[in-house]
Amino acid sequence: MEPIDENKEGIGGMINPRRYGIERVAYLLMRLSGLGLLAYFIGHIYETSSILKGEVGWDEFLAITQTNEGHAILAIVIAMCVFHTVNGIRVMLGHGGVGVGKPSRPDYPYDPASQNYRHKIGIYSAIVLAAIAMMYGLAVMYGE
Amino acid sequence: MVNKMRESIIMKIHYGTALAAVALVAVHVLMRLTQSFSESLEYANVIANYQFLPYAGMLEIILILLSIHGFNGLRVILLELKQGKKYEKAVSYGCVAAMVGLIAYGSRTIIMVNMGVV
Repeated sequence: MEPIDENKEGIGGMINPRRYGIERVAYLLMRLSGLGLLAYFIGHIYETSSILKGEVGWDEFLAITQTNEGHAILAIVIAMCVFHTVNGIRVMLGHGGVGVGKPSRPDYPYDPASQNYRHKIGIYSAIVLAAIAMMYGLAVMYGE
Repeated sequence: MVNKMRESIIMKIHYGTALAAVALVAVHVLMRLTQSFSESLEYANVIANYQFLPYAGMLEIILILLSIHGFNGLRVILLELKQGKKYEKAVSYGCVAAMVGLIAYGSRTIIMVNMGVV
């Protein structure tokens, strides 16, 4: 009989946001926003290269992005960018030992000192700021 | 060389490129808000941006910083999913190759427009 490794859940286990609280949601959003931003960045480099085709080429490509769908994608990109930045700064501070609490003897119920209210506030702030930035971006794109 | 670099050094580069990119991307975005959004994207304006050497230099630096940060981030995600000597080597070299390719492609646009080849 083949041994079954029950701890190997693969991608499903990695992205499951229902366990471990808001920290796991932040972990998932950080990776999703990172991949989304990388995809946008590659697309943006390709998009801007259309300027080498002259004014007609540039205007043609720009027309594709200046649609409702294009604005919606850009609004999501703005939200991803702000979340990734704010949460990234939180992660960097945490890695540097800022806001993770003092080391202490692990006692039941073994609450990790690093997963404290400071970092939770950081995660919720990142989500709220991303939403505000997205709304501001939409106002700029549609407000003219 | 890619595989021999210590992860702690790579993470310092990852964080350094992130912080520098945040500052420079903020300038890049604010440049779009100096006029109305659609006006700032007009052909003549964009050409003028590229031909202003300090701005073109900043775009080149952003391109390099975000390529390093982005593809290292992708490498980290892929290494979290699966491990193994061959796999890790393939992912690391693949990400470096993609990074170099993207920097080369983006630099081509910046250099050509800056030199007035359009």
